[in-house]
Amino acid sequence: MTEKKLADWWTESHASLYAQIGGEAAVDAAVEIFYRKVLADPRINRFFEGVDMEKQAAKQKAFLTMAFGGPHNYTGMDMRRGHAHLVQQGLNDSHFDAVMEHLGATLKELNVPEELIAQAAAIAESTRNDVLGR
Amino acid sequence: MTNLKYGKDTYLLGKDQSVLDCLVEHGAPVPFSCRSGVCQTCLMRAVRGTPPASSQQGLKDSLKLQNYFLACVCRPTEDIEAVLPHDAQNSVPATVKALKPLNGEIMHVALECHEPLEYRPGQFINLFRDPTLGRSYSLASVPQHDEHLHLHVRRLPDGKVSGWIHEELRPGQTVDLRGPSGDCFYVPGRPEQEIVLIGTGSGLAPLYGILRDALNRGHRGPIRLFHGSRSRAGLYLIDELRTLARDHTNFDYVPCVSGEEPSTGLAGGRAHEVAFREVPDFKDKRLFLCGHPAMVSAAKKRAFLAGASMKDIYADPFNVNAAP
Ligand SMILES: Cc1cc2nc3c(=O)[nH]c(=O)nc-3n(C[C@H](O)[C@H](O)[C@H](O)COP(=O)(O)OP(=O)(O)OC[C@H]3O[C@@H](n4cnc5c(N)ncnc54)[C@H](O)[C@@H]3O)c2cc1C
Ligand code: FES
Repeated sequence: MTEKKLADWWTESHASLYAQIGGEAAVDAAVEIFYRKVLADPRINRFFEGVDMEKQAAKQKAFLTMAFGGPHNYTGMDMRRGHAHLVQQGLNDSHFDAVMEHLGATLKELNVPEELIAQAAAIAESTRNDVLGR
Repeated sequence: MTNLKYGKDTYLLGKDQSVLDCLVEHGAPVPFSCRSGVCQTCLMRAVRGTPPASSQQGLKDSLKLQNYFLACVCRPTEDIEAVLPHDAQNSVPATVKALKPLNGEIMHVALECHEPLEYRPGQFINLFRDPTLGRSYSLASVPQHDEHLHLHVRRLPDGKVSGWIHEELRPGQTVDLRGPSGDCFYVPGRPEQEIVLIGTGSGLAPLYGILRDALNRGHRGPIRLFHGSRSRAGLYLIDELRTLARDHTNFDYVPCVSGEEPSTGLAGGRAHEVAFREVPDFKDKRLFLCGHPAMVSAAKKRAFLAGASMKDIYADPFNVNAAP
């Protein structure tokens, strides 16, 4: 996924997921629930210590948009660069798993059908190596 | 490499360097205050080149279209020529009508604008001591009720502008204002929603405006104000607020002190801690936070975790200039 822009891949393979889930309105609804879970989780909230809430919420929104296969600007390279300082602080698979857990729980709370949750999870999962800088 | 032209000089912008940092580094006389894109004191205009959209966040559309930008958060990707906004449209003279201490450290300043200024209570104006030295102050007045603009200025040790206001400014003098700006104000609608106001020190200024605006516009839901200071002496407008609470059954005023034993009628603890003790659940509530930046950012997060929706949290952190 590093060579090819994730964005292009999405539009080709998952164009409908974002729309099926409900587009921007659904992301807006999801972002608060998801971000609240992330901030409240002692396993990972130290990575969000001291960051500006609005800016971070915008990032969470971008992440969810991507997880739903919607329009976004992430590339594998951006993912690496954006998380490099966190990897230095010890970001690892267990933290990534925690975020995945919150993504699933958020979508469940919003009554998104199981198969769409699985699709969103697969999309998010595909960024794991870039996020963890491997 | 990107060039920045200002006055007669052209500077080479460093990698990721902001226009403001570059100008300050070279000793160019430009105004700034918060250095973080909040106060709008560093407003400039590009007469050549296009400023990045991110440097125009929070500006009025009319200003955006004219290529105004905030120098402290402007990292141009193309060559740019910048000028200070000195056209009359941007700065309004005002006469100082009254100065009155509200307590030992906070001064009430009443200003009469030479042209009518349209504003919402809780917004802020920039007050200039001279063309390169301006600071933001929130509006405590309500246009329908108060003839003048009201500010509450807290004096900071060696504060260039607050010290000048406290010591040198006199009624009858003229100052320059710019603004208003900011979106920390009461928006009519959802009149039954509960409103929680939390402020420290002169952070009461915008809250006092917002509170009276909401009451005047017929807000019916409960409105709770938590105002805090270290000591009883740091509180102010206590009688006015108690009178408002007596006259409006939906309004409740909780003065808080954190640095001494609370006397009768006061709550013990920091304002936001008292508020979270008394209002544990923020779901569907509207929240206004003003004052100390650390308090504002901590309270924002806590309210969000306690169920407040991000769009229902309004905040003005009183960022002071990080010493260079
Ligand atoms: C949106 C907004 C609204 C605001 N509303 C209000 C309001 O309603 N009321 C209010 O009172 N304030 C308000 N403020 C804060 C206000 O704008 C000013 O920041 C404040 O008055 C201090 O300005 P000053 O020029 O007096 O102090 P400055 O000269 O800017 O100094 C600020 C502090 O830093 C210290 N300092 C300065 N230089 C150094 C140095 N070299 N080393 C160490 N320390 C240093 C000073 O001693 C001082 O304590 C608001 C701010 C914002 C952003
Ligand atoms: S907005 Fe630039 S200095 Fe405050």
